[in-house]
Amino acid sequence: MVPIAYYLVLSAVLFSIGVAAFLIKRNIITVFMSIELMLNAVNLAFIAFSRQWSQTTGHLQVNGQIFVFFVMVVAAAEAAVGLAIIIAVFRARNTLNVDQIDLMKL
Amino acid sequence: MHLALFIIFAGLCVAGALNLLLQRHPINSALSLIVVMSSLAVLYLLLGAEFLAAAQVIVYSGAIMVLFTFVIMLLNAGKEERTHGSKLAYIAGFPGAAALLGLLTYIFLSHSAAFGHARLGEYLATTGDLSRVLFRDLLLPFEVTSVLILIAILGAVALARREH
Repeated sequence: MVPIAYYLVLSAVLFSIGVAAFLIKRNIITVFMSIELMLNAVNLAFIAFSRQWSQTTGHLQVNGQIFVFFVMVVAAAEAAVGLAIIIAVFRARNTLNVDQIDLMKL
Repeated sequence: MHLALFIIFAGLCVAGALNLLLQRHPINSALSLIVVMSSLAVLYLLLGAEFLAAAQVIVYSGAIMVLFTFVIMLLNAGKEERTHGSKLAYIAGFPGAAALLGLLTYIFLSHSAAFGHARLGEYLATTGDLSRVLFRDLLLPFEVTSVLILIAILGAVALARREH
């Protein structure tokens, strides 16, 4: 028997590590991976809340799990397009360092 | 039993995420992200989401991470150099992330009784339960996401193609 709050705390920890990695990392692929980590943390929170809602109402509720399903689908599409953009950027600038890809900086 | 499994796989999750943060080579970060995603699949199973646990292994730690490692190898990404990014990220970003973590942890733990306890084997959402909702109530959004995937694949091919 595990309190559902523990799952939510784990989700918060993973999300915060994802935010920190997003800020600290200089490689564009690793930055993209930390976004995936944050998406996974949110998915865990969705499933934990789905379970909590099932227990509150007394019968199975799958709405939270449907949310996670759609997040996974969108994340797959986003990963495909994002990695294609990374390849295009690498072809144009010949670097993966986010500090050197600053054409739009003021 | 449940608590022991939770502690083992939550520990693996946090260790993998910290390893992603600390490693300097992108391939090491990608492999530790696979550890995080596979352990999350076990946690989904503990919460009774068996279809999503399978989908997590197949879609995330399978398809998406293979795509990531493939791109890392294709672009021959080496160790990242230590350049200093924006000062604002260090000044506002880290205290912000820490404050977010502290606030969420405080709220979740102080309302722990209201969230209740998860028991192993209760409220199992089978693939049938999920697909009943998905194909009966949410058929249109489901079909729209299939169009989204198609457009994303076309966009990825168009973006990654070499210019002539």
